Amino acid sequence: MRVGVVTFPGTLDDHDAARAVRFAGGEAISLWHGDSDLQGVAGVILPGGFSYGDYLRCGAIARFSPIMSAIIRAAVKGLPVLGICNGFQVLCESHLLPGALTRNSELHFLCRDQEIEIVNNESDWTSDFSNGQRIIIPLKNGEGSFQCDDRTLNELESNNRVIARYVGINPNGSRNSIAGITNAKGNVVGVMPHPEHAIDSLTGPTADGLAFFTSLMKTRV
Amino acid sequence: MAKVIVDVVLKDEILDPQGDAISRALPRMGFTFSPISVRQGKSFIITLDHEPSRDELGEIEKAAATLLSNPVIESFSIRVEH
Amino acid sequence: MALDTVAKATSTPEIIQPWRELGLKEDEYQRIREILGRRPTSSELAMYSVMWSEHCSYKSSKVHLRQFGEKAPKSDALLVGIGENAGVVDVGQGYAVTFKVESHNHPSFIEPYQGAATGVGGIVRDILTMGARPIAILDPLRFGRADTPDTKRVLPGVIAGIGGYGNCIGVPTVGGEVIFDDSYSGNPLVNALCVGVMKHEDIKLAKASGAGNLVVLFGAKTGGDGIGGVSVLASETFDDKKPTKRPAVQVGDPFTEKVLIECSLEIFKEDLVVGIQDLGGAGLSCATSELASAGTGGMRVKLDRVPLRDANLSPEEILMSESQERMCAVVPPEKVERFMEICKKWDVVATVIGEVTSGKHLEITWHGELIVDVPPRTVAHDGPVYNRPFTRPAWQGELVGNGAENLPRPQSESAIADAILTLISSPNIADKSWITSQYDRYVQGNTIAAGPSDAAVIRIDENTFLGVAVATDCNGRFCKLDPYEGTQLALAESFRNVAVTGAKPLAITNCLNFGSPEDAGVMWQFAESVRALADGALEMGLPVTGGNVSFYNQTGAVAILPTPVIGVLGVIDDVRKAIPYKFSGVKELILLGETLEEFSGGEWAHLQGHLGGLPPRVDLKREMVLAQFMYAQRDFISAAHDLSDGGLAVALIEMLLHSQTGAKISTHGDPFTHLFSESTGRILLAVNPEDSNYLVGKATDAGITTTRLGQSGGENLEISGVLSMSMLHIREANQRTIPALFTA
Repeated sequence: MRVGVVTFPGTLDDHDAARAVRFAGGEAISLWHGDSDLQGVAGVILPGGFSYGDYLRCGAIARFSPIMSAIIRAAVKGLPVLGICNGFQVLCESHLLPGALTRNSELHFLCRDQEIEIVNNESDWTSDFSNGQRIIIPLKNGEGSFQCDDRTLNELESNNRVIARYVGINPNGSRNSIAGITNAKGNVVGVMPHPEHAIDSLTGPTADGLAFFTSLMKTRV
Repeated sequence: MAKVIVDVVLKDEILDPQGDAISRALPRMGFTFSPISVRQGKSFIITLDHEPSRDELGEIEKAAATLLSNPVIESFSIRVEH
Repeated sequence: MALDTVAKATSTPEIIQPWRELGLKEDEYQRIREILGRRPTSSELAMYSVMWSEHCSYKSSKVHLRQFGEKAPKSDALLVGIGENAGVVDVGQGYAVTFKVESHNHPSFIEPYQGAATGVGGIVRDILTMGARPIAILDPLRFGRADTPDTKRVLPGVIAGIGGYGNCIGVPTVGGEVIFDDSYSGNPLVNALCVGVMKHEDIKLAKASGAGNLVVLFGAKTGGDGIGGVSVLASETFDDKKPTKRPAVQVGDPFTEKVLIECSLEIFKEDLVVGIQDLGGAGLSCATSELASAGTGGMRVKLDRVPLRDANLSPEEILMSESQERMCAVVPPEKVERFMEICKKWDVVATVIGEVTSGKHLEITWHGELIVDVPPRTVAHDGPVYNRPFTRPAWQGELVGNGAENLPRPQSESAIADAILTLISSPNIADKSWITSQYDRYVQGNTIAAGPSDAAVIRIDENTFLGVAVATDCNGRFCKLDPYEGTQLALAESFRNVAVTGAKPLAITNCLNFGSPEDAGVMWQFAESVRALADGALEMGLPVTGGNVSFYNQTGAVAILPTPVIGVLGVIDDVRKAIPYKFSGVKELILLGETLEEFSGGEWAHLQGHLGGLPPRVDLKREMVLAQFMYAQRDFISAAHDLSDGGLAVALIEMLLHSQTGAKISTHGDPFTHLFSESTGRILLAVNPEDSNYLVGKATDAGITTTRLGQSGGENLEISGVLSMSMLHIREANQRTIPALFTA
């Protein structure tokens, strides 16, 4: 299965996302921000990093790139899209997902092995988890606090659109300890921690993150 | 010459940890006024070589609403300086 | 002010020039006049003043640093030695690894965030310019006492700067150290080490050859950053009576650097450059003169072609500017178009500013007028060489005669337990997660081990699992007691840190941080230190591939502890076999090496307010035997941790805290000595009980002393006949200190 991995200027974790796709049995296709051709991929990953240096706001400039126009059109039609960290920020800025990511409540960049609970395993990217499964994957960001108004929060919670929550102390002040959300159709998922850095225990805290990528293989085979 | 200034600030209901940190730092530095709160925002200073027309101000407002601010969490105001 | 051209300089020899204000000595100024046969133009004067400053020319250290070449051990692994931007070693399978450590001390005192950030940016560019992808950063840091207002000002800014820059460029920060000592207050040390990897055929050198090849400046635009920064800051001490110098600190933009890295690597991949240099200290003055000097001919540069952020800069200022994120490449004309295409793809500003000539001079013009015409070697490589006098300080004898072995020692259970708690909660030893969690250790997905591991372990090849291990170390107190022994102790420790992962040490880099070279006592410390490192490198068969000297780290007459930070790089054939620093399950704990009564300069003595005596004995041959043992027996070792500050008590507690377990051990001989001595050449092992006899046998065969301490397990640290402490209590004491000090 061909999975696109987007590179914006300043994207950092594209190689790691591509590696995760390969580990999961897929073929990683590199997508350049300036192109608008999705090259027939069956899913797209917006990786972590500091696209455009986080200038203006995280993801605010990347969201206007040609590749994002193509991704937005395709996502509306059902193309699976996974936004990780900076990718999640781009998805929110693009309005493919509601809410916004703001500065960590403790103000520092925080890199830690974070336990999260998968609370929705029906999305395209979480189907390979069991509901309520707890996993440990790296969290590493300075702007990871998920914020939205009360109406949006109600909508997310009552429609089961939160896909993951932080376990234990809330590391960044996210509302309701939200670590990841999905859109109504379940094809667009944003997650703050980094599953691509937990695909084997040699280089990561666990191999728990791989299931995000195998989920796609399962869903869209 | 005219300057159009777009001030962007986080909406009241959004947590502003930077503003909070500043609020806590003020008394530590010996200042005696005690603010109820401090909010941190940003200013965009757009310099034009002429007075902006009504239409142009409308365009700037659109830019403010789509690029310079994120309406989900921020609000903005515009003023013109000469 | 009218332009000062070569023509004008030739016709007005009598004009008084501000050579003193620019940091030159009178004889140096006269020498410039001799070299040129006339007075220098103001641009030439600016160039010479910056390039002949201590930081750029190494004038006080050159005569000593020669020993690294003279005493260089024969090494098949060395591909590029001292003299280039960074050293390069062969690690096998066609891969070459480059690494170097540098300092950015003075700027970090003035503006901690930007000082540290640009320090990282600079060393990363040095590695990039060798043709390598930067793969790891380590940061050896030293600050004044932890509880002072100034440290609270400087430390958080430095950490945020390193994280802010390193995280954004996508290079994992995986190691380093944080040390507090009164002697660094006013003179924090911010050293940064970077490691890069490439294939052998990708190695790039910094020379301009081939007449007609073009000189291309690419990266950020040039502004007024850090003008005079190098010569003004690094060649002067901070005098607390004079008003503070107006900051000339550079401001970094990591996004531009990240884009520059990707752009450069694509350019290298297509083999578009024949020489490349990064712009660091002394900016364009340095890049052009070094490229020309190392090359085969001359160079002509049109300075007005340099893209500017500030249109008001004068030619002298452009030449001295230290704007960050800029590189200078030498490109054959037929490859320039493709070079520019790649720059355009990444939105990197690139401008042809000159060409290589068949002459022998570096000529720089400003709108057609010649303002610089110099033999580049005289600027870049033939700077002044000082033979500064050095003498052992008068107080050294008294210092050395007053050993910590004479201090009253804790005897009772509660006194020893208290001493342990004081030690593991002291700022130097306490848990540093508050700091390391501000760094991204995961980016690039190749980190096998990062701090608190003794050495960082990074995978290089995903298929063969080839990797490298890197560590930095220095105990400044040991170096003050005896600069020669202390430096070899630093080498031994760094070497051992690499060896405990099962890696094979290959090469050395160094960052020599000292006080003023104009002080004969400091110069003696430096001379001894360099001699020790050169001797040690020869004895261990590890070449010194390059490094950095930072002088003038002192406030008034008080110099910092002599702090020669030694970095060691090793290779691991299979990172899956790297020995971890923590274990799970029940293990037997075995101590390798001999424990003698050696407390002078150690952490316990430091906490008694004592510094005196002789540092622990160092035995480099014994360290090499230990390293061999660790590699040969790595399959039988569950975890390993080397002993250093705080001796066995600290090493044991650290391993147990990381492994989330207690232990039941017994000491041998005097408990206090066994727990707190800082004898060297010792490693703590955690071993499966069924393998311990075998391992002890092998160690004995190798001539290594072993002590079977006991077993892991339970929730307490029990030292039979001495004390029992709850691991929870120990953890709390160890983890509370740093956040309490530095959380705003």
